[in-house]
Amino acid sequence: MIIEMFRKPTKWSVMKELILKDIDDLIIGSLGIVAFIAFFVGGVVTIQTALNIDNPLIPKELIGFATRQSILLEFAPTFMSIIMAGKVGSFITSSIGTMRVTEQIDALEVMGINSINYLVFPKLIAMAFYPFVISIAMFLGVIGGLMACIYGGYASTDDFITGLQQEFNPFHISYAFIKTFLFAFVLATIPSYHGYYMKGGALEVGEASTTSFVWTSVAIIIINYLATQLLLS
Amino acid sequence: MIEVKKLHKSFGEAHILKGISQTFYQGKTNLIIGQSGSGKSVFLKCLLGLYDYEEGSIEYDGEVFANLSEAKKRDMRAKIGMVFQGSALFDSLTIEENVMFPLRMFTKLTKNDMRERANIVLKRVNLEDAHKKMPSEASGGMQKRVAIARAIVNNPKYLFCDEPNSGLDPKTAIVIDNLIHEITEEYKITTVINTHDMNSVMEIGDNIMFLKDGIKAWEGTKDDIFRTDNKVVTDFVYSSNLFKKVREAVLKENK
Repeated sequence: MIIEMFRKPTKWSVMKELILKDIDDLIIGSLGIVAFIAFFVGGVVTIQTALNIDNPLIPKELIGFATRQSILLEFAPTFMSIIMAGKVGSFITSSIGTMRVTEQIDALEVMGINSINYLVFPKLIAMAFYPFVISIAMFLGVIGGLMACIYGGYASTDDFITGLQQEFNPFHISYAFIKTFLFAFVLATIPSYHGYYMKGGALEVGEASTTSFVWTSVAIIIINYLATQLLLS
Repeated sequence: MIEVKKLHKSFGEAHILKGISQTFYQGKTNLIIGQSGSGKSVFLKCLLGLYDYEEGSIEYDGEVFANLSEAKKRDMRAKIGMVFQGSALFDSLTIEENVMFPLRMFTKLTKNDMRERANIVLKRVNLEDAHKKMPSEASGGMQKRVAIARAIVNNPKYLFCDEPNSGLDPKTAIVIDNLIHEITEEYKITTVINTHDMNSVMEIGDNIMFLKDGIKAWEGTKDDIFRTDNKVVTDFVYSSNLFKKVREAVLKENK
């Protein structure tokens, strides 16, 4: 499917519109839920960390430090991607699957259009903007943590911000975004594959969406493990 | 004109098409009829190049489709219009955008010219007021007419229709049949229709091929079908009492 995606490209004037539409559907359309989840989970990470520090010898800066590390390294890139496998992945599988069931893909093929290029390529390009979503998740996660810390009275703003800056390793940002690019590829291709090659009717579209979510999540978890082993160990 | 010679198609052990030869004429509505499972849809998909076949050939005005280069196949496909059983309109596009779609893909017309052409065709299928609607807002009959408009907008030489009036009420079905027939004659298109609707056969069957178990069992016109004594055909076509009575009346009148 990947090789076929680059053969017989669709006219650029048409492809440009498809890419913009997919950026709107997959990236802009995900910002609301990503912002909501990131903000509140950032808050919860902070509260959990603060409540588990009962030793007075442990500095309060650790709350900010732990929040930053959790959000930057795992929560924003990996767990947000699993949530996106449910949102974006299901959308991709069900929209392409419905096109298969209702013969819209056959209609494209009869017209001599490379349907894989027409349907999957714009999604892959749109998902190249996925790191932008993850950046917002990282930012709002930390802000959520800061708010929870201030309003919960777990530490002072200064302590939290000092913690955020403590032992900062810039490579962790690179590591997070390398993972994010890999997840973006997975999020665009696995759901597309399950939608494109599905057979049957409406019930099977639902089944394909579920299967695609499962396999996309599995792929994300495995890639996360391998990327961590390769890049951080 | 489309000429099919000794076409064979199998799926694994199942031999679906067994050496079918048939000519589909320009400016005529060529019908393929037969029971469900007789191989009609597979035959149509072979004609459209959606399925490869093992033996035989399909010639579009003397050119064997399978032997064409990729670029020529693409050019050939631009000359093909297809009306799918379920209309297959693109959900995310308006009716007007659906009709403009082949123009956007295969021509260098400006957006205004495309819109103008789409509106002419929509008017031809009596849908001049529906161009801003989404396909989901259109009735089954309207969707079929949009599908016909999309199929003919790029002036195709060949028009294929898979059960164009399935799921429609008898009155709308006749409107669709007549529309396809008129367009075929008006634009001198080679039209191939896959159907098991006997009303269509009686109304617009210029050239009818009857398929049974992957074999061409009979060929003729809508007038021939009243006179044939081919048992396989009569068993299928006159399975309803209504058509039996129509046939008796026609034969009586012709005596």
